[in-house]
Amino acid sequence: MDKLKLPKLAIAGAIFYVIVQILILTGVLNGYFVVIINRSLIFVILAATLNLINGITGQFSLGHMGFAAVGAYVSGTLTTLVFKLSPHVFTDNLIFIAAIIIGGIGAAAVGFLIGFPSLRLKGDYLAIVTLGFGEIIRTILNNIAYVGGPRGLLGIPKFSNFTVIFLFTFFTIVLLRNLVQSSHGRAMLSIRENELASELAGVDTTKYKVLGFVVGAFFAGLAGGLLCHLLQIAHPTQYGFYASALILIMVYAGGMGSLTGSIIAAFSLTFLTEGLRVGIDWLRDSVGIPIGTEWTMVVYALLLILIMLFRTEGLMGMRESKILIIEEKHV
Amino acid sequence: MSAPVLSIQNMSHYFGGLKAVSDFTFEVPEGVIYGLIGPNGSGKTTTFNLVTGIYTPTQGKILFEGDDIVGMKPFKIVQKGIARTFQNLRIFSALSVVDNIRVARHFTTKSGIFSSFLRLPSFLKEEAAVRDEVMELIKLMNLEHRANDIAKNLPYGELRRLEVARALATKPKLMLLDEPAAGMNPKETEDLMKLVRRVRDEFKVTIFLIEHHMKFVTGICERVKVIDFGETIAEGKPEDVVKDVKVLEAYLGRKAVVC
Repeated sequence: MDKLKLPKLAIAGAIFYVIVQILILTGVLNGYFVVIINRSLIFVILAATLNLINGITGQFSLGHMGFAAVGAYVSGTLTTLVFKLSPHVFTDNLIFIAAIIIGGIGAAAVGFLIGFPSLRLKGDYLAIVTLGFGEIIRTILNNIAYVGGPRGLLGIPKFSNFTVIFLFTFFTIVLLRNLVQSSHGRAMLSIRENELASELAGVDTTKYKVLGFVVGAFFAGLAGGLLCHLLQIAHPTQYGFYASALILIMVYAGGMGSLTGSIIAAFSLTFLTEGLRVGIDWLRDSVGIPIGTEWTMVVYALLLILIMLFRTEGLMGMRESKILIIEEKHV
Repeated sequence: MSAPVLSIQNMSHYFGGLKAVSDFTFEVPEGVIYGLIGPNGSGKTTTFNLVTGIYTPTQGKILFEGDDIVGMKPFKIVQKGIARTFQNLRIFSALSVVDNIRVARHFTTKSGIFSSFLRLPSFLKEEAAVRDEVMELIKLMNLEHRANDIAKNLPYGELRRLEVARALATKPKLMLLDEPAAGMNPKETEDLMKLVRRVRDEFKVTIFLIEHHMKFVTGICERVKVIDFGETIAEGKPEDVVKDVKVLEAYLGRKAVVC
């Protein structure tokens, strides 16, 4: 392979970035659409990392938003309450990046604390523990007055813009891809395929299950930090079961084990959410049908049922787009 | 005969009140092909599960190259040098043939998680080295044409070879084969016998196998232990053991022997 040839993933990323940036600058995409694209990118991180835990390592986590909450509140507290940063000061932007990463590390630490005792559990039991964990995080945040309690953490400076979010998302995907297509990634995949055989091929299965949780939690923490600096608020209800379930649907819809699938599903479902919101508002205000936005969840539930009935493996199954596959030289 | 690779001393295992394995004492000498035979439910697979650390024996010692491995986690035992295959194949079916085998080389790699994230030169070098080694193994197992195929698309005979290749990739000193000839036709069984002998000779691996297939056992094993209901009923050379009255009773029933 020619050494000067840029990796396909870098080219694809650059094309996406340039096109969106041009559309923003020419005013084709208004602020509303930019927010949706930013949200989509953040959900790409969340879906891809949940996929690492559920799809690639074969565990079952229902509390992914709990990790995002830790990242959001840690970084939000640092930028808003501790350092009182402003997006207009250049050095503050660098501190913001550091705060996001500290948030990720905080989430990873929580991931380790949760993962270590609970990964002896399997299947349904693990699902219940992680579901409980998500709710515990939400309840704790609800009761800490310093970060606003049930009112939420308000007045977070708007540091997240398209460029920052894009770069974080892009590098998350690159790093996850590198991990999955390495010796460590294959160890994780083998646990999903057959845990006993994996153990008897010399894989320390407990270690790799915990590692999946820790890495997944770290990136979910980054996503949480980016999200609260985009919306300028961190509120406990944003990180509840509803949001965790949405990410889970993205992982299943895209395909368990396929990062490509998670990217496509995160975009499609984020746009669908907005589309449904507009549609429901129209039905209520113009047609006069008395329904609220909570009906989006009904649509998701139906979507999940349809996926399970007609395309169990999701959109991509376990396949990856060629862009995300690292070519090996010694074939 | 040289020193024993595996030495089992007074090993017993109970499932509740059921004696699955009762007071086993035996040695597997280095470099032999050792067979463990017995009717269904006689405790063969339990013995394998005890040696590989899936179960912990209720009593007794299991010495591997002189070290007691009782209580060690299965993956540690594999890393010490005991590999196994399964009676019902346990293949990573969604992974390619190369990846199936590479998983078993994983524990020997030193690259940390960060060099994997960043694909540092040291990581790339190690990955290439592992891949080359695994390709060698694939060639030896005559699976070259299948290297990049997804494992679930392979026919049964090739899956058996893949499982052997995966076990060999852990560089074992002792390999446990759980009914390797199960479901094979005479031709495949013949090939398998050659393969097992080759593995022993080329990789210097001691073989400890469970088998029902008498022709296979008498054809390949150099030493055989016969068990029934968790008790040893005979031990020795295969040609002597198959003539043992107790063995015939266990397999065919008392009446058949009397007639």
